[in-house]
Amino acid sequence: MQKTIIEVKDLRKDYHVGEVTVHALRKINMQIQEGDFAAIMGTSGSGKSTMLNILGCLDKPTDGTYLLDGVNMADMNKNQLAQLRNSKLGFIFQSYNLLPRTTALENVELPLYYNSKVKSKERKEKAMYALEQVGLADRFHHMPNQLSGGQQQRVAIARSLVNDPVVILADEATGNLDTRTSYEIMELFQKLNDEGKTIAFVTHEEDIARFMKRNIVFRDGLIKTEMTVDKRHNATQLIAELPHESDIDF
Amino acid sequence: MNYINLTKIAINALKRNKFRAILTMLGIIIGVGSVIGMLSIGEGSKKNIQDEISSMGSNMIFVMPGSQRRGGVMMGNSDSKSLTMKDIEQLEKSSQYLSRISPQVSSSGQAIKGNKNWPTSIYGVNTEYLEIRKYELEDGRIFTDKEISSLGKVCLVGKTVVENIFGESVDPVGQTIRFAGIPLKIIGVLKEKGQNGMGMDQDDLIIAPYTTVQRRILAITHIQAIYASSIDEESTDQAIEEIETVLRSQHKLKEGTSDDFEVRSQAEMVQAFSSVSDMLTMLLGAIAGISLLVGGIGIMNIMFVSVTERTKEIGLRMSVGGSGTDILMQFLIEAVILSIFGGIIGIVFGLLISAVATNALNLPFIVMQNAIILSFLVCTAIGVFFGWYPARKAANLNPIDAIRHE
Ligand SMILES: Nc1ncnc2c1ncn2[C@@H]1O[C@H](COP(=O)(O)OP(=O)(O)O)[C@@H](O)[C@H]1O
Ligand SMILES: [Mg+2]
Repeated sequence: MQKTIIEVKDLRKDYHVGEVTVHALRKINMQIQEGDFAAIMGTSGSGKSTMLNILGCLDKPTDGTYLLDGVNMADMNKNQLAQLRNSKLGFIFQSYNLLPRTTALENVELPLYYNSKVKSKERKEKAMYALEQVGLADRFHHMPNQLSGGQQQRVAIARSLVNDPVVILADEATGNLDTRTSYEIMELFQKLNDEGKTIAFVTHEEDIARFMKRNIVFRDGLIKTEMTVDKRHNATQLIAELPHESDIDF
Repeated sequence: MNYINLTKIAINALKRNKFRAILTMLGIIIGVGSVIGMLSIGEGSKKNIQDEISSMGSNMIFVMPGSQRRGGVMMGNSDSKSLTMKDIEQLEKSSQYLSRISPQVSSSGQAIKGNKNWPTSIYGVNTEYLEIRKYELEDGRIFTDKEISSLGKVCLVGKTVVENIFGESVDPVGQTIRFAGIPLKIIGVLKEKGQNGMGMDQDDLIIAPYTTVQRRILAITHIQAIYASSIDEESTDQAIEEIETVLRSQHKLKEGTSDDFEVRSQAEMVQAFSSVSDMLTMLLGAIAGISLLVGGIGIMNIMFVSVTERTKEIGLRMSVGGSGTDILMQFLIEAVILSIFGGIIGIVFGLLISAVATNALNLPFIVMQNAIILSFLVCTAIGVFFGWYPARKAANLNPIDAIRHE
């Protein structure tokens, strides 16, 4: 039987803005199994980011339970949550969120600094390995502003991988990228998933969602549908079918 | 938590924001530097005045003729003839608190030798005068009691007079100079003493027996001033009182009438000048305090201005596993590094300012430990507080709120 990595029961999240209460999540029940590659979909404002932030322990639910790797997050104090984010979770943002004026390598090393089990010698090796996994080993010395958007997102992915988390959470990770670069990023995610990584990926784009194994569609803070993807896209294949850049006339 | 890692994180963060780090340190440097500089200038000038006044004499008390009515008109005292040698004799006989007493009569005029002449002053005194005024003989001898009683045509000369009349090559002892038409044989040369607190050249003088100046030059019978030393510093007040009592009875002054002389002491002068220089120190201290404040506000500004950028950074660090404590420690370490480096540079800078300024102003160079410690602590406190305070606010946020901070 497959291991359940994420289990969410009756989860609610309210935001209070002045007098108004926004019910961002109403009553969410869902599970993500080990090895899953799940798209969290839905229109803008449907609660996808709110869900992912809670899954990433960046935010707390108003009500309900969230079990990560069998552990109830409600029992954790702030420092324990920080440690969980460090060791079990890898978070990827739409806007990369790299430290400016800091090399790719140092950005990837960042989570390791908060992991006292990692010695300083290991730190560099692990970070280099993560950069190799995302195909950016040769750019380790570049600053974020010397990298393209796709490359910056790869650095961010390497950073999320570096502590070998149980699940990778990505919020609109391709949202700022063009089609080809998006596909290349999806190719990377498919490779990571093939290697056994569990991934939850927020997107509002249907063609991106089709790269994944499963789609969970949100609507107004509720799960509307859940389905397995048939005719799943293969990123490597789709990239090959894209017109070459040299074919495009400007 | 791992302090080595946190220190590395802090150092990396400072390296990434060199400009901000330098600006922050600049605030501390200016604050610490100006406090140290200003206070040491103030303290140096105070010490300088004290030194110069005390170089004017040893526990010196001087009596001038004339009076100064309290709250009233200042009487001219230059032509008062109230002091005489009788007063000196009486003081010598009855005083307990005076160790030395000398009369003084003086005149200014030209000292002439051949075709050289030099405008200077001649002081007629007795043999105790040198010790009262802290003059020392460099060469030759002081006049004898016999030379005093016989109106001897002998004198001692100061270095300035020697330089202007004889130059360097001639030994002045044994030579004769003329002053006010009187030939005076030089029997001794005084050691150089330099300027006094008021900028007067203390080496520009001729010293002769008081009888010689009194009778041969001025043709008077009274004396113009009395110089004395109290037996020690503590008995200055008693000595003054004693002089007043003796002189009042000597001058047969009835009770209720005011003195026909005026007693002043070196201690009073030190006090008067010290209070002036205390005010100077306070003024400089106030300026320094303001620069400390300006420096502190500078530090504060930079810390607060960078809050937005740093709040995002804090959010990111928390999202990859930094705890609130980690973040706070990082910011504290950053602030401490900046404060210590800024403080040390500030101290060096401040000492440099004091060294240059005291050298230029000819003041003694005084290292004020209190100022160093105080300004260092204040700047460190400001730096650490304003590094810590915004960080604490940010570290208490939900990570997602910190990341989204605009
Ligand atoms: N910090 C917040 N304060 C108030 N309302 C919020 C906040 N974050 C999200 N919301 C609201 O919650 C709802 C869900 O937002 P979000 O999860 O960001 O949607 P999605 O990512 O699917 O576009 C929206 O109505 C949004 O306005
Ligand atoms: Mg969103």
